[in-house]
Amino acid sequence: MTQSFNEMYLDDTVRAPYARLEAWMRAMPADLRIQKQAEAEALFRRIGITFAVYGEGGDPDRLIPFDMFPRVFTHNEWARLERGIKQRARALNAFLVDVYGRGEIIRAGRIPANLVYQNAAYEKAVAGFVPSKGVYSHIVGIDIVRTGPTEFFVLEDNCRTPSGVSYMLESREMMMRMFPDLFRENRIEPVDRYHELLRRTLASVAPAKCDHEPTVVILTPGHFNSAYYEHSFLADLMGVELVEGQDLFVEGEFVYMRTTQGPKRVDVIYRRIDDAFIAPLCFRPDSMLGVPGLMDVYRSGGVSICSAPGAGVADDKAVYTFVPEMVRFYLGEEPILNNVPTWQCGKSDDLKYVLDQLPELVVKEVHGSGGYGMLVGPKSTKDQIEMFRAKIVKDPGNYIAQPTLALSATPTFVAEGVAPRHVDLRPYCLVGERIELVPGGLTRVALTEGSLVVNSSQGGGVKDTWVLAE
Amino acid sequence: MLSRTADNLFWIARYMERAETSARLLEVGSRISLLPSAQGYRNEWDAILRSTDTQDPFTRKYGEAVQRNIESYMFFDRDNPSSVASCITQARENGRIVRTALTSQVWDALNTAFQDLREIERTPRSKLELSRLTDWTMKQAAMVRGAIDATLLRGDGYNFLNLGYALERGDATARLMDVKYYVLLPRMGVGSGIDNDQWSMMLRALSLHRAFHWAYGGEVTAAKIAHFLILNPHCPRALITCVSAANNHLGRLAKLYGKSGAAQAQAEALQAELDRLSPELIFEEGLHEFLGRFIRQTAGIAGMVHETYLSGDMR
Repeated sequence: MTQSFNEMYLDDTVRAPYARLEAWMRAMPADLRIQKQAEAEALFRRIGITFAVYGEGGDPDRLIPFDMFPRVFTHNEWARLERGIKQRARALNAFLVDVYGRGEIIRAGRIPANLVYQNAAYEKAVAGFVPSKGVYSHIVGIDIVRTGPTEFFVLEDNCRTPSGVSYMLESREMMMRMFPDLFRENRIEPVDRYHELLRRTLASVAPAKCDHEPTVVILTPGHFNSAYYEHSFLADLMGVELVEGQDLFVEGEFVYMRTTQGPKRVDVIYRRIDDAFIAPLCFRPDSMLGVPGLMDVYRSGGVSICSAPGAGVADDKAVYTFVPEMVRFYLGEEPILNNVPTWQCGKSDDLKYVLDQLPELVVKEVHGSGGYGMLVGPKSTKDQIEMFRAKIVKDPGNYIAQPTLALSATPTFVAEGVAPRHVDLRPYCLVGERIELVPGGLTRVALTEGSLVVNSSQGGGVKDTWVLAE
Repeated sequence: MLSRTADNLFWIARYMERAETSARLLEVGSRISLLPSAQGYRNEWDAILRSTDTQDPFTRKYGEAVQRNIESYMFFDRDNPSSVASCITQARENGRIVRTALTSQVWDALNTAFQDLREIERTPRSKLELSRLTDWTMKQAAMVRGAIDATLLRGDGYNFLNLGYALERGDATARLMDVKYYVLLPRMGVGSGIDNDQWSMMLRALSLHRAFHWAYGGEVTAAKIAHFLILNPHCPRALITCVSAANNHLGRLAKLYGKSGAAQAQAEALQAELDRLSPELIFEEGLHEFLGRFIRQTAGIAGMVHETYLSGDMR
């Protein structure tokens, strides 16, 4: 593996966007750092931002580690990322409208039909249905890694219910509260319009039958869900109700929520349902989300569901390979952000290559998420590699492989002081009547030295992400 | 407001008040147990358990009703749904579910109580005086209550919270008095010296000792205390005060929603009855009988609140 790109230092000189932060870091005494870190942790715990990991047991109120060292993008770096992200979000939505409609991209032979129509995430129940404003995925989370001064790659797309935006907003709150001077010295683009944009985006896709100011709700699986904090946080910021399946019912051609004053009609449902909950949807659409009859109302235009049922087929790891093709096909543009080269173990040539090069590659399950069920070749023992090899051979179609990218590193506070740690970036692109992106995103950091796995479920932390004003 | 949200708010209040009641019961018990007991009985702790209807589960788990076991059961034990630890955890969990209906100050108070509780649970028991535990509980309850009063919008959520407080508190005062009734009944006549000592202990545990003397002066008598804790609308924990608060908040809800129902009717009836009562009439009926009836009546009102507003079945 090659030396990874350090976002603060380039050949021993400090890169311009980090200049002031470097001075800040040098001026900070160790005891102040420790005190601030403790302060941040206490605040996070008091606010209640915690993260539960399924099946791990232990502390149900585990805090997601917060690193106080911000990650910085220049205005120009961001401008390019923004164009690339919006471009991708447009292409993904065009793809979804197409594959649930005429399927032109398949007819044109640009994507194999079976990859789409045989896909477990392809929702036959909505074929032929066009959601309001032609949007399937209203919040697109695009995971991006950096490998050099101008090299950015998209690692994966999240078209269903990308989580983590509350960390983006709360990390910023925390930093502004603890280090106000930093915000005076650096001109940092604000991110606090996010909830307003989200509310506007959701309201903009109200169904045709809605002839009044739309009532938006967030649908959560409940307070045992690991992202519950985020659900209630967003509901609170937007001033909308946070409902569970049991709070909703269908009567006639509309959906209602149960309130202390009787039924109230609901026009837009921003549903935050994890993959595990979404699975039964493919087979029993009418029992989806535990609201009988919801799909009928949806298909007859009585309610909008965000993201639309069926959106998952666009963020499948096998479909991912074709996103650059979607950009060219639907938008007639060249992709601004590249994919990571990907081998499909289901193809025999690719499989042969993957098995040969296994110690050098990252292998992922096609439908996996959260950093589970993956192999990072260079970081694994021989035994782990061999065990994984057996799994791939047994079910090749279930795996894709990518080169082990040298993820960029940013300075991070560690026990010994400051050290580089690998990071990725998840911006949240909003798609409704308009397409919006706040300047920033969630930077996840692998806190273990040398680790490339940034998932919060695997011990990753978060950082505030800065975009400098022009 | 979502019915489920209203339900959670109602129960936040009930749990916080119940945590306080458990702490107060512990305090009454420990104060009573410090009194000289000529008869050599240690039934005081049994009485505490009887008042919360938890004697059986306690005996199955702990056996003997000695202070340390009672402390474990009523403060720490998660198997006891009324223990301080259970109530604070439940109140906070309900709060977490309805974060959007609370101000950050109210949430902060609930969450701080919970985080502190976990700290207390990690502290060796030998370092935890009972008085510290009960003081702490009452302080947490006051913080939550204060945050609600100081910061919460006076909308329907506020009324559901206060309804929870009023019904739970009325129930608690009745139960606390019933403890006293049990302690007294089997072995001594009304008006004995021990009797009055025990009544004073109860007033202390309710933080109402001085208030009582300001309000009544002179000797402590059973009639005065009954009047104070049941019929005096100036006493913050009196049954009549609680019923009147419940009435007030039910009335506000009826006004807000433009319709009145069975809960309002029953609460008004109970209020009217209390307005007509005197200590003599209560003793005539029998204090224990009266308190039992009151507890059932408030439970009835709570049931109707649930049916009307919280179950979401209203169409």
